[in-house]
Amino acid sequence: MIRIVVTGMGWVTPLGNDLDTVWKRMCNSDSAIAPIERFDASSFPTKFAGQVRGYDWTQYVKDATIHHSPAMNSQFALGAAKQAWEQAGLGDFAGLNTERAGIYMGAGEGVLDFSAHSMIDTHSWDVEDDMVDPVAWAKFARERLDEWGEVEQEPNMPLWHVAKEYGLRGPAFNCLTACAASTQAIGEATSVLLHGDADVMLTGGAHTMLHALGITGFNRLTALSTFDGDPKKASKPFSKDRGGFVMGEGSGMLVLETLEHALARDATPLAEIIGFGSSADAYRITDLHPEGRGPAAAITNALEQANIDPHGTADGKPLVHYISAHGTSTQENDSIETKAIKLVFGENASNVPVSSIKSMMGHLIAAAGSVELITCIMSIQTGMLVPTINLDNPDPELDLDYVPNVARYAHVDCCVSNSFGFGGQNNTLVVKRFEL
Amino acid sequence: MALPNEKVVISGVGVISCLGVGIEPLWEAMLQGKTGLMRIERFDPSGFSSQVAGVLAEDAFKVRKIVPKSHRKATKVMCRDTELAVGAAAEAVESAGLTTAGTSDDPPTIPPERVGCHIGAGLISAEVNELAAALVTSKKEDGTFDLAHWGGEGMQNLTPLWLLKYLPNMLACHVTIVHDCQGPSNAITCCEAASGLSIAESRRVIQRGDADACLSGGAEDRVNPLALYRQHCTGRLADTNGSGDISAIVQPFSQNATGTIIGEGGGVMIVESTSSCETRGGTPWCSIDGVGCRQSFCDSPLDADPNAIASAINRALEEAQCEPTDIDVIAPLGSGIKQVDNAEREGLTEVFGDALSSISTITTIPYTGNCMAGNGGIKIGVAAKALQEQMLPARLGAETTEGIDAGRCDAMPMKMNKVLILTVGEGGQCVAIVLGRIAS
Repeated sequence: MIRIVVTGMGWVTPLGNDLDTVWKRMCNSDSAIAPIERFDASSFPTKFAGQVRGYDWTQYVKDATIHHSPAMNSQFALGAAKQAWEQAGLGDFAGLNTERAGIYMGAGEGVLDFSAHSMIDTHSWDVEDDMVDPVAWAKFARERLDEWGEVEQEPNMPLWHVAKEYGLRGPAFNCLTACAASTQAIGEATSVLLHGDADVMLTGGAHTMLHALGITGFNRLTALSTFDGDPKKASKPFSKDRGGFVMGEGSGMLVLETLEHALARDATPLAEIIGFGSSADAYRITDLHPEGRGPAAAITNALEQANIDPHGTADGKPLVHYISAHGTSTQENDSIETKAIKLVFGENASNVPVSSIKSMMGHLIAAAGSVELITCIMSIQTGMLVPTINLDNPDPELDLDYVPNVARYAHVDCCVSNSFGFGGQNNTLVVKRFEL
Repeated sequence: MALPNEKVVISGVGVISCLGVGIEPLWEAMLQGKTGLMRIERFDPSGFSSQVAGVLAEDAFKVRKIVPKSHRKATKVMCRDTELAVGAAAEAVESAGLTTAGTSDDPPTIPPERVGCHIGAGLISAEVNELAAALVTSKKEDGTFDLAHWGGEGMQNLTPLWLLKYLPNMLACHVTIVHDCQGPSNAITCCEAASGLSIAESRRVIQRGDADACLSGGAEDRVNPLALYRQHCTGRLADTNGSGDISAIVQPFSQNATGTIIGEGGGVMIVESTSSCETRGGTPWCSIDGVGCRQSFCDSPLDADPNAIASAINRALEEAQCEPTDIDVIAPLGSGIKQVDNAEREGLTEVFGDALSSISTITTIPYTGNCMAGNGGIKIGVAAKALQEQMLPARLGAETTEGIDAGRCDAMPMKMNKVLILTVGEGGQCVAIVLGRIAS
């Protein structure tokens, strides 16, 4: 039987750019949400976000010149990947068969140059025809757009940069299932290993939509919080007065490998991936299925693969010790996710702690799931559950243990991590303490 | 975690391209050697150096007509890429003889939770007219753009669901809703390799027992100013205003090749376990015998790597338990992008040696244009058809090619049992797939 272990982890997040700093801040219920500085958002309905700060990608690569001006999502991925690669001890490992080392990213598109695009679109607008003059548009595009910046828009560019940095030549994929992407990437990377297509997979996600058009798009969907108080209080998953998600950005990357490969090179497994479940809502483009059908199926499938009975107990406790919720702070998600957890776990549901780190760092979109899986592994390692902050006004309809406001000690052997995407893709991972 | 290794087949083929809806019009054109490329009419392309594309005629395809009544309203928030994916999926489902929520109210052939959906997608470029119509309301008198006005009022001119049109997973989202596919679903975004990787993943999803069948492939539309400009930025397009012999603009593997041509289209296959196909009385088009996936290691993400290509092919052959001599036909990317063509030829030569020049190839891009994420789906659909018909379609492009049999030729009957499909994407992902004939 092939077993898949995590041997390295790294992240670049609004709360910091290394494992310890971010973990400590989350354990201290700290929030990274602050006014947007990336562009002037003062007139936008949403003026705050979780923004990565104090990060210099060039410190995380061997030679910055080989990377041709990476877009910000690629910059984040390179930093997170470096941490994961080094923690896994692969930086010093000369015996890696690079054709057996692959990469599966759940990365979003690059950052659109809104300033240039808005100029080009408006200057090429033909008032008489009430449409863009494509000839003028092409002329302005050639003058104003950075050609390489447009190439960097492709969502598979973070993959290219990371693979280039580490010489990965094995199976390579990028998926973009919105907010579920990096959980799906990790799950499918697990499948690549289980089928014997690789020995090592570098996997995770990277994304930023923290630009004027990204905020515009989610504002028009009315999905973003427009809270007008202290930004740190804006992301409030499971609260009665939750008003939408808060934009974040960043990357989470993990090294997965077969246990056989890890042991052969004396690597230290940090945790074991034991289950992955994936489903589609197949319901509506804007809404989740009201009964939580898709999320429940993803959780159920993951637990089945992990051979864990959601209704079972050991020493009077459920077999799952923590759920990292998708927990976006939208009315619909938090309600449906709670419903799905209850549907799957039955009477055990109220005894499984559930929290959302989006309350502290915002929603990293495609990168969210990978950062949340790392959170689960940190919980297993440290015996600490990070909280859902801003939970001062609980929704009476949502009655699970959301680890409100304050971190707590707990013995954690087994965690579930949920990610549900706009568009209906649902993905769940199950990770447990590694035991030989 | 135990993984079964069941044989997986393609039991339905759905293709949409500039040559029409379904595999048949494309196949007929390929038998006759008739390209679908033409000068772009959707907008005035004269501001671009590459003015030719593979564009499906406006009246040839109306997505509203092929979705259930309950989903018609949702077609308003489909971008062109999604329309193409929904069109190809409908063709695939019909071709496989499946009943789904998208075909009738009868009970589905396969339980919805056992049907997955993997639709490769590209970087979907916003329609410039739609976005510009909203942006122009925030233009100041001095001609500059007023971001403050945009944030306060201007953005209200953008339709509320605007963003949902352009998320790459919306292709799969709409297809899953139309056909009620509740199994695993993904949106792989790896340029020209996206369809091949999607089919590779569907196969693994089925083999690990998470689905019995998947709608799998990809679609993309590059025929709008922003998408065309983005391709222009790669330096991969052939400069042409459409004059002269349009069937010779894309010249795969020719030393005179000047680049590729964009297109819109895609292909969705029904990838199914052999047992599911047999149980429901389906007729497989071909089997998926082996897959190999590799990443290029080059100085530029725009370049392809012969070593990665050769390694992907060797892995696919190993999985298919066959030798290079077992391959009867090769369907390479054959884009007319000189560096990529040369890398393909070099990688193929590494595997096949001198015998490469005697193995016939199928090239589709001279007919359809480079449909990026849809490219592999089209190619796999054509290869499945070739296996079924035992016929090599005609090739367009250059009269002769060096080291590989990819020059112009007429269609001809040909015995073929194994076809190798190769897709090499911008960004460096390489996928090799071996399809096998299933004797009737």
